[in-house]
Amino acid sequence: MKGIGVSPGISIGTARVIRKTAAALTGILLTNESAIPTEIKKYDEAVGAAVKEIEGIIARGAASLPPESIEILEMQIELSGDPQIKDNVVQRIISDKKNVSDAFIEVIRDTVEIFSNMEDEYMSARAADIQDIGDRILQHLQEARATTAAASQPDPLAFGPDTILIADDFTPTDTITMDTSQVIGFATRAGSRTSHVAIIASARGIPAVVGCGDELLLISNGDKIILDSLNGLVLVNPDMDTLAQYRLKKLAYAQQTDRLAGLKEVAARTTDGEVITLLANIGEPDDLDQVFEKGGQGTGLLRTELLFMGRSSFPTEEEQFEFYKEIALRSGDKPVIIRTLDIGGDKQLPYFGLPPEQNPFLGYRAIRICLDREELFITQLKAILRAAAFGNVKIMFPMIGNIRELRSAKQVLAKAKTALSREKRTFAENIAVGIMIEIPSAAIIADWLAKEADFFSIGTNDLCQYTLAVDRMNEKVKDLYDPYDPGVLRLVHNVIEQGCKNNIPVAMCGELASDPLATLLLLGMGLREFSMSAPSIPFIKNIINHNSIVKAKEVCKKVMEMNNSKDIITYLQEVQP
Amino acid sequence: MIIKDYTILSPEGIHARPATTLIKLTKQFKSVFHLKKGDTVIKLNSMLNILALAAKNGETISIIVEGEDEAPAAAAIEEFFTQQIKNL
Repeated sequence: MKGIGVSPGISIGTARVIRKTAAALTGILLTNESAIPTEIKKYDEAVGAAVKEIEGIIARGAASLPPESIEILEMQIELSGDPQIKDNVVQRIISDKKNVSDAFIEVIRDTVEIFSNMEDEYMSARAADIQDIGDRILQHLQEARATTAAASQPDPLAFGPDTILIADDFTPTDTITMDTSQVIGFATRAGSRTSHVAIIASARGIPAVVGCGDELLLISNGDKIILDSLNGLVLVNPDMDTLAQYRLKKLAYAQQTDRLAGLKEVAARTTDGEVITLLANIGEPDDLDQVFEKGGQGTGLLRTELLFMGRSSFPTEEEQFEFYKEIALRSGDKPVIIRTLDIGGDKQLPYFGLPPEQNPFLGYRAIRICLDREELFITQLKAILRAAAFGNVKIMFPMIGNIRELRSAKQVLAKAKTALSREKRTFAENIAVGIMIEIPSAAIIADWLAKEADFFSIGTNDLCQYTLAVDRMNEKVKDLYDPYDPGVLRLVHNVIEQGCKNNIPVAMCGELASDPLATLLLLGMGLREFSMSAPSIPFIKNIINHNSIVKAKEVCKKVMEMNNSKDIITYLQEVQP
Repeated sequence: MIIKDYTILSPEGIHARPATTLIKLTKQFKSVFHLKKGDTVIKLNSMLNILALAAKNGETISIIVEGEDEAPAAAAIEEFFTQQIKNL
């Protein structure tokens, strides 16, 4: 069966099914008004005991639990003592004469339903938290009812080796308190990428497949399970051939992970000696740690939007300068390409107050705003120019669609330099100035732009959506979004060729740069700089180091002769190393 | 009574972390706190009600503080919504 793989890996193990029995209503009504205060008191005591229990889990787990889990538990303390929940319970006790346990079960049931139906994926996942505190408080309520019975604390779950846990869903308490040392996989019927089990599985590096559907609950204890979270698959009692096949896959995956980790110090070089530059896309200084850890040779794209978001006014020149300077210093002599502000479209700033537009992606955004609001642009350019004195910094303008915009942007840059000279500031006079190629018109006139820009960086995401007239945020048409469309590939090819002819470097910073299927094709087109999210770097390096430019050119020649993306994708899958 | 509008600056809106911090903050004062979003007004003591609002980044809400220590309470709210929340 198929679900959503949330923590990559392959596990082969034995099923352990965890079933929960739903709490049953008693239907017993209170016969006497005088019972009301007693019922309310029972509720308060049960809440108190539940809170104490959660505090105990936090205290014991302070050192070993991930910070996300502690946060969840702290939220649960607040939820347990929530005055609104208590009001609702008390109201049912008083007006409907329900006993406290029935009243509480109903309140939790209703609340869980409200949250489950919330559209926000994060909020609907909080239904699990409410169910969780509900179960915990209920347990204390029912213990109180049977005071004579020995306090029956259920045994903490203990698992045999190679256990794969199967459940409807895991509550936060399950995932946090469970001893997962023997657990090698999770599969759930419900759940999404933001479920607790997804968080814990990723943090502990245990493969998990969530949202498998009702079929999952047919699994019995002791069933042999293959969990392939790379493909979101759960296989039950597989035959010997499948089992053998997956043992090999598992081994290959483990070897690949090890080998890729060992690539950090190895240069990206094709088997025929062509050296390729692998850079990273980052948003803030702390991202650099991971870049260098994964063997990145610098920053191919610094998105400056993060600096402008999550605040109530524009950052000053000094604030921006400090931010860029930190990245420049931490990068040493490695390149840092800073893209000037790219807001508008899907990225809005509350304090900027841009009115909603009918076609935001075709509207007032990026360089268009900067050229219109010159004071904002100059502030950013001055900060970048000053920071450039501390490292190997380059400037890149987004959304350039014609020669005029490039020239205007460069004029503003000249003004920024003049202002800095007048202020007697230190700055990098000869900073390199490049442009993003992400509008089809720019890709078509790449020959002219190459004569006035110091470098190109191809933004395939926007280039693809503009070329194909497909809004990639629109669910209804997003399947039409296809970077392997021959029209898109011709534009990409043209940009790379024109860059090479005019002796300016061409990089790619869009998603296609990190797509292993595209690596050979792009090398064959002549691309020598790839910029991507840091975790992808070892994977792309591995492909480069096992292939030659000769082969890549041949792949490129064949692909450029194919007139539809289906053939192109099939062919690229065949020639994959 | 002190009323002031704020834009939600936390990238994920008022999720579990900001909500927990906010409730803990209000408990330090004797004043009563209300939060208004659109036509909905809730008391700022219930995690359930705060989460149910699902206030997102960039949305505007009003905070109403009333009580003997409303001045320092409103100052703490100001600090929370303009500074603290950015890191939550």
